[in-house]
Amino acid sequence: MERVPTEHVPVPPLAGLRPADTGNPEIGPLVKSVAPVLAPQIIGARGLAKTYPNGQAVFAGIDLDIRADQRVALIGSNGAGKSTLLKCLIGLLPSTHGEITTLGERFMAAPSAAQLTRLRRQIGFVFQNHGLVGRQSVLTNVIQGKLGLPGSWRAWHHALARQEWREEAMAVLAEVRLADKAGARADQLSGGQAQRVAIARALIRRPRLLIADEPAASLDPAVGRDIMRIFSELARDHGITLVYTTHDMQHALDYSDRIVALKDGKVHFDRPTVRVSLRDMDGVFHG
Amino acid sequence: MVSTPSPTLPRTLPPSRLPAISPLSFTVLVVVGALFLVSMGQVAPSPEKLANGMPRMAELVGRMLPPNTDPGFLQRMGWRILETLQIALVGTVFGVIISLPMGWLAARGISPLGAFRHFPRALISLFRTVPDLVWALLFVSTLGLGAVAGTMTIVVDTIGFCGRFFAEAMEEADKKPQEALHAIGANRVTVLCGAILPDVMPTLINSSLFALEKAVRASVVLGLVGAGGIGQELKVAFDLFQYRNASAIILAIFIIVLAMEFLTDRLRAKFQ
Repeated sequence: MERVPTEHVPVPPLAGLRPADTGNPEIGPLVKSVAPVLAPQIIGARGLAKTYPNGQAVFAGIDLDIRADQRVALIGSNGAGKSTLLKCLIGLLPSTHGEITTLGERFMAAPSAAQLTRLRRQIGFVFQNHGLVGRQSVLTNVIQGKLGLPGSWRAWHHALARQEWREEAMAVLAEVRLADKAGARADQLSGGQAQRVAIARALIRRPRLLIADEPAASLDPAVGRDIMRIFSELARDHGITLVYTTHDMQHALDYSDRIVALKDGKVHFDRPTVRVSLRDMDGVFHG
Repeated sequence: MVSTPSPTLPRTLPPSRLPAISPLSFTVLVVVGALFLVSMGQVAPSPEKLANGMPRMAELVGRMLPPNTDPGFLQRMGWRILETLQIALVGTVFGVIISLPMGWLAARGISPLGAFRHFPRALISLFRTVPDLVWALLFVSTLGLGAVAGTMTIVVDTIGFCGRFFAEAMEEADKKPQEALHAIGANRVTVLCGAILPDVMPTLINSSLFALEKAVRASVVLGLVGAGGIGQELKVAFDLFQYRNASAIILAIFIIVLAMEFLTDRLRAKFQ
């Protein structure tokens, strides 16, 4: 349980902590200007476990608490269960045991259809392979990010989409520095450009939570760093909680506020990034 | 210099020159061979029969030449050719339009019907396996003589052809964009329109152009059973022993089919 300080002492800027505010002007803040309370919970997991139908256990006993505006790197070696954990947390894969609360939706193994719809409307996804429709224009691909939202059936092609969506798409493309490519076909883009379009497609949903599964894994190092920087900055600027998986130690250290390491189906460590050393990281992948 | 195997290593034989054949495969091979020989004796033309037919063929060709170029006949034939092309075009367009949802419903892993996708698949197979002349006879019996029966025949024939190819193309479409759109909650119809159809569009266009080419060839002969088009004129010509008319029609059919193949080949190359 987080303890609230009762006297005016300098508090280091811990990720996920904000000054307390009761919201009641008569009472005022619990402790003026410095009293931190936990930011709203975005993802919570208690005793989470996942076993494949063939009996192979992926992870067990996972407890996790991710708060608003955090940028969390989920690390681990290949096959550690990072992507599976991510998918379980957002209801795309059923867990075997435990309780999950994501964006206020509480569910046991898998969310109900209504919960899943509500969840999807608040989440943006970026996949390792970008998942763009190659023969469609960049603009159409970005506008397709609106699919699944209410009244979005026209979003499958930019020519049919509402004018404000077209303008919104151009704005997010400008944010990822690809506005000049709006009319180009997606299969004519480089790997880095395609991933930036995938980021724009996720951003146009105005998500509360951005999920990225190995977003830079298939890119060369320089482009990968560029993609991670764009991710990290946009998430911070838009106040979006970012959770990404990576097996690149530097990407975890440079672009997150917090690192959750998975090893042997357990949380190996879960710390603010500033308190993670290279030796800690090395212990995740080797040792 | 040829190296000799070391005396210490065991001698290893190369694999057999011919693949091993199982007793079952051998039996099937013998039965098929015997069936072919028996069938050939019953239905294949004997050399004597071919030799006897040659003079009659030469006589027929002689009576067909020169093709009739009478302006009145050519005008009538022109209208029939136009009707043939209309049957092919309208039938193919409707067939392709119906094939899209049929292919979607029948596609494995994409169909919203789940295991029930076998029903549309079976319907497509039925449309494909029954020959177009049989469909034409059915439609002539139910809708009467003329072009409407021909158009309906082409519609059914096109669904049988395109439905299968469309379903297979959709099954092979890139899964990653589909997964990306499903993940954000896009429904099946928007995934179809937004991800699957754009991905398979070249295949759909190719199959549709093949269907059009096939429809032109089919609509030429549908007239033989009274389903409109130039085939009807050809049947009349043979029935009335107007062989010069018949040769003009055959020549026209050849030119139409050749032109259609040329056109569809160019279009296919453009849409690759």
